[in-house]
Amino acid sequence: MGSRASRLLREEEIEEIKKETGFSHSQITRLYSRFTSLDKGENGTLSREDFQRIPELAINPLGDRIINAFFPEGEDQVNFRGFMRTLAHFRPIEDNEKNKNPSATEPLNSRTNKLLFAFRLYDLDRDDKISRDELLQVLRMMVGVNISDEQLGSIADRTIQEADTNGDSCISFNEFIKASFVVNIHICTVVLVLVNI
Amino acid sequence: MPSRTVSHGSSGRLRGLFLVMVLVFLESSVFTLAFASSDQHSPTTAHSDGHKATDHGSHNNTGKAFPVLDLNYENVRVPFEISLWVLLASLMKLGFHLVPHLSNIVPESCLLIVVGLLVGGIIRGTGETVPPVLDSKLFFYILLPPIILDAGYFLPIRPFMENLGTILIFAVVGTLWNAFFVGGLLYGVCQIGTESSSILSRIGLLQCLLFGSIISAVDPVAVLAVFEEIHINELLHILVFGESLLNDAVTVVLYHLFEEFSGIGTVTLVKGFLGVISFFVVALGGVLVGVLYGILAAFTSRFTSHTRVIEPLFVFLYSYMAYLSAEIFHLSGIMALIACGAVMRPYVEANISHKSHTTIKYFLKMWSSVSETLIFIFLGVATVAGPHDWNWTFVTVTVILCLVARVIGVVGLTFIINKFRIVKLTTKDQFIIAYGGLRGAIAFSLGFLLEKDHFPEREIFLTAIITVIFFTVFVQGMTIKPLVELLAVKKKQEAKRSINEEIHTQFLDHLLTGIEDICGHYGHHHWKDKLNRFNKKYVKKCLIAGERSKEPQLIAFYHKMEMKQAIQLVESGGGIKLPSAMPSTVSMQNIQPRPPTKPAAERAIPQLSKTKEEEIRKILRTNLQRTRQRLRSYNRHTLVADPYEDGLSDLFLKKQKMFQIEKKLKEMNTYLTVPAPPPDSPTMCRARLASDPQAYSIKPALNKVPMIQVDLASPQSPDSVNLLDEFGQANQQEEEEQGLMMKPPSRPREGKKPGEEDEAKDQQKLMRCLSDPGPSADEDEDGAFLP
Repeated sequence: MGSRASRLLREEEIEEIKKETGFSHSQITRLYSRFTSLDKGENGTLSREDFQRIPELAINPLGDRIINAFFPEGEDQVNFRGFMRTLAHFRPIEDNEKNKNPSATEPLNSRTNKLLFAFRLYDLDRDDKISRDELLQVLRMMVGVNISDEQLGSIADRTIQEADTNGDSCISFNEFIKASFVVNIHICTVVLVLVNI
Repeated sequence: MPSRTVSHGSSGRLRGLFLVMVLVFLESSVFTLAFASSDQHSPTTAHSDGHKATDHGSHNNTGKAFPVLDLNYENVRVPFEISLWVLLASLMKLGFHLVPHLSNIVPESCLLIVVGLLVGGIIRGTGETVPPVLDSKLFFYILLPPIILDAGYFLPIRPFMENLGTILIFAVVGTLWNAFFVGGLLYGVCQIGTESSSILSRIGLLQCLLFGSIISAVDPVAVLAVFEEIHINELLHILVFGESLLNDAVTVVLYHLFEEFSGIGTVTLVKGFLGVISFFVVALGGVLVGVLYGILAAFTSRFTSHTRVIEPLFVFLYSYMAYLSAEIFHLSGIMALIACGAVMRPYVEANISHKSHTTIKYFLKMWSSVSETLIFIFLGVATVAGPHDWNWTFVTVTVILCLVARVIGVVGLTFIINKFRIVKLTTKDQFIIAYGGLRGAIAFSLGFLLEKDHFPEREIFLTAIITVIFFTVFVQGMTIKPLVELLAVKKKQEAKRSINEEIHTQFLDHLLTGIEDICGHYGHHHWKDKLNRFNKKYVKKCLIAGERSKEPQLIAFYHKMEMKQAIQLVESGGGIKLPSAMPSTVSMQNIQPRPPTKPAAERAIPQLSKTKEEEIRKILRTNLQRTRQRLRSYNRHTLVADPYEDGLSDLFLKKQKMFQIEKKLKEMNTYLTVPAPPPDSPTMCRARLASDPQAYSIKPALNKVPMIQVDLASPQSPDSVNLLDEFGQANQQEEEEQGLMMKPPSRPREGKKPGEEDEAKDQQKLMRCLSDPGPSADEDEDGAFLP
């Protein structure tokens, strides 16, 4: 665990990450050990192959997209800070956090940021709209190979129709929020709970 | 129970009420007559007892003239009385909804108990002994299972599983706490508070604990009855309701434990330890039995494609067998029933026909509704029947202790639970949970089961139980609705599950599972995902027939939704724009995906001239007509003559056609038998809401023409166009009506359009028989399989 790491995590780094992401001390150390166990090359960064080595991720329909979400634009390596920054989206929302520093930027795990994260997983080309094709791609991934294109097309059309309020045949972020309103409750609550060790 | 508001005019209501009152009076008099005559022959026993009276000699009168009219009541006594009771219950239910405003103020359960009191009072007033109607056998084997099966079959699995930990803690720890608190303190009060010669001081600790365990269980019937009407949000509903279901295991174990202990008289540590073990056996064993029977039922339903009529029977039988089998081994029958219903549902629903599904749903609702009504009425009657032994101290202390114990239990447990929950339970939630802990008929029946020789204080117990039940049902039941309003507790969201939500839910599931895997954290989502995979790979293949086993959940959900919408359209009688659902389902096999276009105003296809459009319209219409006729007429003689045939006088042909079409129209009406609901019906509103302008929708000018491209068998020929042209303007009206055959000519024209699609869809894709309009407003299945 810790002994395998070529670079131990320093206290001030932990503090910084804590401030930025809101994870607790034990959570950060635990995630760091996970990070290092994934990091086969032992160079302090993870590449896409490192992620793909996780077996369950390979069979996850959204595996590739999730992996991509960790890597910032155009880069192929992610360090621990970036790793934590992405994972911070999945911390439970704490309402009292908002009151503490009203002037600071929204914490990463705020409701909007969570939804934005999910939205970006749909919206690959980052044009802030989910077009029909993007939706089709996601549906295709989730549904498998047995369903014909036409069927998926009708589902996609129906989905866009239900959500689209301004008539541009794409789902913008606001429409996304409204359409998945009930599910919003889920995303805010059914969130990864990292048990404190 | 869905409570339908009958929208009669006020005079209609009063008339109905009057009729109901008359019927009730008649019935009560028949009742008393029945009891009077039966009492002459034999002492009355429980209804479920088939024992007939021994003396029927009065009917064999030799030497008299042949009796033209004879009275022989004894033969039909038992079924007659049972039917009378059920009839009374149903009439009561009817009556309550006819009385304006009553059902808003007073929950149905209260009214029913009052009715039971009245009936019992009437019976007693006429001097007859009141039959012990709430016999435990009848209750546990006949009245309770339908309610539990209804609850289990339609249990919303996803919220239940998400909150399972909380529910279990409330059910197990909460009930234990209640039982020991109430029992222990009651014993203390009995010993301390009264003189040593009083009857109270003779109640032993074990008896008190037994009483505590009986009285502490939250009752699913009462909770269902009250919570149905207040429409609180799903979380609270599932918490209280789930608790009431799962605490059965605890109650069963505690009851048998204390009953045996007080019988034997000695308590050893080993016995206590065995008690704990037996709890796990009872609970898990019950679930296991239920799961077994559920799998059996699912497997059986795989082969029922040729005998659709008895499909519902399997569901009911297997579930009932699960219940009884669990009861054989003293396992928790309720948990077995719930497990059976919940496990078999996704697979059975994939296998059975639409009609069977509707049948199951309606039978379950009907039986559970009648059962519930009967239970409350019988509670009233049993109260009058007694025997009672009113002891002020005991009763008041019991009531107070129950309340206090519940509040302390809920608050204390929530404090612990909130440390592990993501969505914390607020104080308001806690209040509702505590306040919603209603006691009901199960407690009474358990008390009734006690034997008199072991428990001389049985009557005191029964009286106290009844008082607590009355208190919770009346006071708490009546006040919970205004309290919910006052505290502004979140209400149930009425929105139906849309395809968006389904997609996003699945999406999020995958996302969160992926994140969990990255973190190496084997949490909630990880195991759920594993279970889903196992289900998809192995279980579905075994238990679902044919191709549907491979259908992804999303597709299945989509199909269901489309089906529902189609039914809604037919029910609403049209008057709305065509929602996208209709053509897309039809076109699942045929259509090419259209490129996204601007809404409604423009169409992707090139603009045609008006005349050409008219022509195309006519061609489509005739050919759709012909397809339908071709498929529907089995008799050569009713087949429309082929328009290609020459040599026939065209006019004669047209006339013949028109007659046949009108005949078919009438046939169709009976086939579909969908009356149009009043304009503001929920189906209509929902159908309106569901419709959306879309690339498929028709320009307002062409509002009568369906623009779906149905794959037609017959080739288009210029002859058909010619034929139509000959009809001319005079027949335009007639033609419009012929072309869309689903409604009688008097209906507005818009009504026909959706009906027609429905027709076309029917023929093209017969997944399930669509002739039954199916269930209405209810929010039953959320379409989720194993979530």
